[in-house]
Amino acid sequence: MTARVTVEDVGRVAELANLELTPDESAQMLKDLNAILDYVAELKDLDTSGVSALAQVSDLSGAEAGSVLRPDVLLPCLDRATVMHQAPETDGAFFKVPKVIER
Amino acid sequence: MAGATKSFVERPRSLRVLREEIAGGKTRAADLAAAYYDRIEAVNPHLNVYLSLTKERALEQAARVDILAAKGDPLPPLAGIPVGIKDVLVVRGAAATAGSKILEGYCPPYDATVVTKLDAAGAVLLGKINCDEFAMGSSNENSAYGPVRNPVDTERVPGGSSGGAAAAVAANLAVATLGSDTGGSIRQPASFCGVVGVLPTYGRVSRYGLIAFASSLDRVGPFAANVRDAATMLTVIAGHDAKDATSSPMPVPDYAAESDQGVDRLRIGVPGEYFGEGLDPEVRAAVESGMAALERAGCTVKPVKLPHTKFAVPAYYLVATAEASANLARFDGVRYGYRSKSPENLSSMYRHSRDEGFGAEVKRRILLGTYALSAGYYDAYYLKAQKVRRLLAEEFLRAFAEVDAIVTPTAPTPAFKLGEKTGDPLAMYLADIYTVTASLAGICGVTVPCGKTSTGLPVGMQVLASHFHEGTAFRVARAVEAAG
Repeated sequence: MTARVTVEDVGRVAELANLELTPDESAQMLKDLNAILDYVAELKDLDTSGVSALAQVSDLSGAEAGSVLRPDVLLPCLDRATVMHQAPETDGAFFKVPKVIER
Repeated sequence: MAGATKSFVERPRSLRVLREEIAGGKTRAADLAAAYYDRIEAVNPHLNVYLSLTKERALEQAARVDILAAKGDPLPPLAGIPVGIKDVLVVRGAAATAGSKILEGYCPPYDATVVTKLDAAGAVLLGKINCDEFAMGSSNENSAYGPVRNPVDTERVPGGSSGGAAAAVAANLAVATLGSDTGGSIRQPASFCGVVGVLPTYGRVSRYGLIAFASSLDRVGPFAANVRDAATMLTVIAGHDAKDATSSPMPVPDYAAESDQGVDRLRIGVPGEYFGEGLDPEVRAAVESGMAALERAGCTVKPVKLPHTKFAVPAYYLVATAEASANLARFDGVRYGYRSKSPENLSSMYRHSRDEGFGAEVKRRILLGTYALSAGYYDAYYLKAQKVRRLLAEEFLRAFAEVDAIVTPTAPTPAFKLGEKTGDPLAMYLADIYTVTASLAGICGVTVPCGKTSTGLPVGMQVLASHFHEGTAFRVARAVEAAG
C-alpha cells in the first residue's frame, strides 16, 4: 500500500493540526507529503512481526538508563504575575481569548 | 557573486588555559567578556550567529568571578568562560525565539536546568544563538531570523539545526556553546564547521527548559574547539534533575579526566553500511585517515554489521514528526508569544496564529506527524516506525558487545551551499542519514574533526559509544584529534 495523499487529505490533516493553509501552501504540502510518504514506504518491506514498539529508550533492556520519579509533593511554582505578563491578552488573573460561541 | 566568500575562522583558546589565567589574575573575566562582545559586534553581521545578547547578566557574572579570583578563592570549573546558548534553551528574562516568529515577544521567567548549571559553574552567558525553527532543519536556513553562514566559507551553510552554536565556536564568538540534537543537530553542524560536538546519552542531560521538538529523541549537548573542553562542558551540564523525569540518576564521572586515558587496545567497529552510495569520496578519505590514526594509537579496527541502517531515516522522520505535532500543539496564541491580529473567534485565532507564526518546514512536519498519527495510518506509519526503532537500537547493543566504539562519517558530504537543498525537503532529510541512528537508539557520540577536503572544508568523524559510555567516545575522539 503506497498512500497517495489527496488535497482533501491535506485539508483534513491541517484541520486536525489547527493550521490554516493558503491554496498555494496546500498544493506545495500535497507534493511534499507524497514525496516523503513514498520514501518512507520502504519500511513496509521490513518484516517487524513479533517486534514490539519502542516508544522510549528507557524501555530498552541493556541500556542502563533508569529514570526516577520525584516524590509527589507540592513545590513552589512560577509567580502568577510573571507568567500572566507574557500573555498576548490578559486581565491579570486570566488569559483572554476571542469569543468561543456565537449567539 | 564571485569573491564574496570570506573566512571568519578563529580558534578559541582552551578553556583550561583561560580558567588558569583567570584564577592567576593574568586575565580578568570582565575583560575577556568585553573582548568577546567586541568580536561579536564585528563578526556577527557577517555570520548572523547571535540573535540577542545577555550583556548585563554576563558582565555581572564576570565581575563576580573577578572578585573571587582577586580574593584567591577556589574557582568553579567554568569560571569566567564565555559561552553561548542555542535559542531553544530558555534563559530567564532573555527573549526566547526557537528561531520562530510564533514566540515573538516571549521572555521566559526561568532558566533551563543546563543554564542554571552553567551559571553555578561560573560560565559567562554571552547571548542566545540562531538555529533552525524549533530545531527542525539541517542547514540553519529554516530560521525565521535568517540563515547562519559557515565561518569557513560564508556561501555555505553551517549545518543544522544548531548551526549557530557550531559557527560560534568555529569563529571564536564563544569558547563553548550549548546546542540540542534530535536527529543530528549537534553532530552534523560540528562536522560542517570543523568543531567538536557531543550527543550525550538520552537521559544524561536534563531537558528542563529546552523547547521540545521530539521528546523521545531531544538531547542537550555542548560544542567546543577541542575534545577535552567539550568533555569539561558535559561534566558540568550532566546529571539527574527532578524537573526532567527522563533524566538518569547515573553518577556523572569527570569526563575530561576520562578523555585523558588513551585508547590502547580499544576495539573500534566500522559499519560498512555507513560507507556506501552517496558518501563523498573526500569525506571517506578523511574518515579513513582518522581510522588509520586510531590503529596507530593501538586500537583494533574491525568491521561490524548494522544492517537496518537504511531504515533509520524513514523511521526517524515518522517518530520525530509525530512527536513534534503533539509538542507544537501548545503554540496557540493564548499564553505567550504571537497572536494573530485578525481572529473572528477562538478557533480562527488558533489557526491564524499558527499559520502566520510557523514557517514552511515546521508546518510540513506538523502535517506529516499528524497524518502518521491519524486514524487509519497510525499502525502503518507511527507504530511501524517504533518497531523499526527497536530493531535499530538492539542491533547497536549487539554491536557494542563486540566493540567499545563505532566510527562513521558524521555526514555524507561537507558543508553544502546556501539554497542548494531548500527546494527539496527529502534531499535535506538525507543530510542526517548517518546521525539519526544514534538518536533513535539513545546512545551517545562525539563528532571530531578528522581532516579537510581539497577546498578546505572540514570533515567530521562520528564516534559512537553505548549508553552512558561518553568517556569511551571522548577517548577515541581525543586520539583522532591528536593525529590531526
